[in-house]
Amino acid sequence: MSTLQETKNKILTSAVFENWVNASPRVNAFAATIQEAAHSFLSQGIPTTKHEEWKYTNVTRLAQTPFEISANINTLTAAAIANEKVTADAIVVVIENGIINHAASNLSDLPQGLMIGSIHDMLENAEVKKHFLQHADYKTEPFVALNTATLSDAVCILAAANVEVDTPIQLMIVNTSTEANVYIPIRVLVVADKNSAIQVTETFSSTGNNASTFVNAVIEVMVADNAKVNYVKLQDESENTTHINYHRVAMARDSYQHLTTLSLGGGLIRNNLNIRLGDVNCTAYLNGLTLARNNQLVDHHTVVDHAMPHCYSNELYKNLIDDQAQGVFNGKIFVRKDAQKTNAFQSNKNLLLSDDATMNAKPQLEIFADDVKCSHGATTGQLDDESLFYLRARGIGEDAARALLNHAFAAEVMEGIAHEGVKEKMLDILNEKLK
Amino acid sequence: MLTIKDLKASVEEKQILNGLNFEVKPGEVHAIMGPNGSGKSTLASVLAGREEYEVTGGEVMFNGEDLLEMNPEDRARAGVFLAFQYPVEIPGVSNANFLKTAVNEVRKSKGLEALDSKQFLKIMQEKMKLVEMDKAMTQRSVNEGFSGGEKKRNEIFQMAMLEPSLAILDETDSGLDIDALRIVANGVNALRDGKRSFIVITHYQRLLDYIVPDFVHVLYKGRIVKSGTKDLALELEEKGYDWIKEEVDATLNA
Repeated sequence: MSTLQETKNKILTSAVFENWVNASPRVNAFAATIQEAAHSFLSQGIPTTKHEEWKYTNVTRLAQTPFEISANINTLTAAAIANEKVTADAIVVVIENGIINHAASNLSDLPQGLMIGSIHDMLENAEVKKHFLQHADYKTEPFVALNTATLSDAVCILAAANVEVDTPIQLMIVNTSTEANVYIPIRVLVVADKNSAIQVTETFSSTGNNASTFVNAVIEVMVADNAKVNYVKLQDESENTTHINYHRVAMARDSYQHLTTLSLGGGLIRNNLNIRLGDVNCTAYLNGLTLARNNQLVDHHTVVDHAMPHCYSNELYKNLIDDQAQGVFNGKIFVRKDAQKTNAFQSNKNLLLSDDATMNAKPQLEIFADDVKCSHGATTGQLDDESLFYLRARGIGEDAARALLNHAFAAEVMEGIAHEGVKEKMLDILNEKLK
Repeated sequence: MLTIKDLKASVEEKQILNGLNFEVKPGEVHAIMGPNGSGKSTLASVLAGREEYEVTGGEVMFNGEDLLEMNPEDRARAGVFLAFQYPVEIPGVSNANFLKTAVNEVRKSKGLEALDSKQFLKIMQEKMKLVEMDKAMTQRSVNEGFSGGEKKRNEIFQMAMLEPSLAILDETDSGLDIDALRIVANGVNALRDGKRSFIVITHYQRLLDYIVPDFVHVLYKGRIVKSGTKDLALELEEKGYDWIKEEVDATLNA
């Protein structure tokens, strides 16, 4: 217990935190919330494996590492990040070591009705005032509490009513620090107003060869009436990185959201997705793909919460687990009492590529309405020998045949990505990984 | 081209091939017939390098090389092609992508440059005509949702693309109606060029009306027990296998 307490102290007494909580005039508007979150984190602590939601994912190591909040240093230039853009024309916000790197970003010529910027510059915005820090629940989620208590910058993406932007908006989140034991809080607010439509791609990467990094991201997405948000999350960081990602989507009536999570690299990745279909006629897709090897652990916890009638949700998660890696999938679907005529589907398919790979899959349906269509299925298996032989019998070498089959398994998840350019980029990254 | 000497093989500890001798010269078409369980498909599987089959004796030489020492992909690259009895469905891999990968791997092994998309497409369109394949089939996942006839046509299409020197057709005619059979046979005949050899494994004489073999062999108890011309197939069609079985069993018991 003492180390846990010490770590809380280490993180929470660092300079940035002090600034935010006590000094910075910019946070006045949110000071009370931040204070409350800080206290909430102190009372919750870092969860142990005794906690049902953290049974397979041991993060107590975090409590034994003397993390310091990342020094806010920007080194990247627009030229340096050119190859990392999801498409050549993407609107890019570079978040380097936890703060926006304005020089490397291209936010000067945004389409009409689209606002993207730092929380520091948008405090007076009505949407920001209404939604910032308001949706992800720090009272029950310790890492949301920690994030809220420690954030030093945040990105806000606001699409005004009736604005449709086809160009992908990329949140390029890069850790370039070479320091050990760096803690990086990331906070994003996305508000898609009535009838708007946007494409957001969040890419996490690390260039520094640092010993131990802790990335703690919280993304809050509001999808207003009849709005449409396509969102892709790419996690491709060093194996020294622990990445906790909490993604919360609040959906209004007739809205659509499509979310693809690609966990392709990292040491320990934990995704907490929480999608609330809060009004009638919402459509939500959640796709996920994991590629885990060596000693990686990738954990997807998803919650799809049907609160109102006539909504549709469809969830497809595929995990490719190799070497001694571990995969976890926990998919909860709630269908509340009022959510009649709900259609909710969930599918989880896993391939174990080595004898030492493990997968823990747990679908959970809690249905309180009586006129609904819900289904879930989970399968875990190995690469099909007969398919492998078929490919080899046509002259394709064993490694290439395995790569082709692994790719085929994964491709179904990729197919859902709406933007062709983004899909192509993600397929390139995947293919490189599968070689 | 292919010389099989005293080949013995077993699957799941059960001996299926019991000293099989067989030779194929360039350009020849050999039909192999025989009652159920005689070892026809085992022969095809052993030649293609299926791992569940254990070779317990004998040798197989292919163009002077020890075929049994080679892994399945190297056999394919060396020019051996097996048309599967049960082609595998591979969701998520498009037929075109699969074939492009295969063709280019085979080319690479021969020291040839990989085909680019345009060159590949041109060859593909040419070969598709051989088996009356439509474009949509090449864009679909390998064999996924294909009818029995489409799957077999796809096998012959692959053969046409890979241009092997020895093609083994493992019951390619089984389950086909007469129209599909004709398409498949026409595809095979178009690939007979006097150099390419075929081993046609079948249950039914009917196929041999369309693909006329140079030799017909009867496989029984893991050996070739009778060889002849296409007339032997007609005789088998008429009289069945019992007379051959009796002949062989009498010799074995003697």
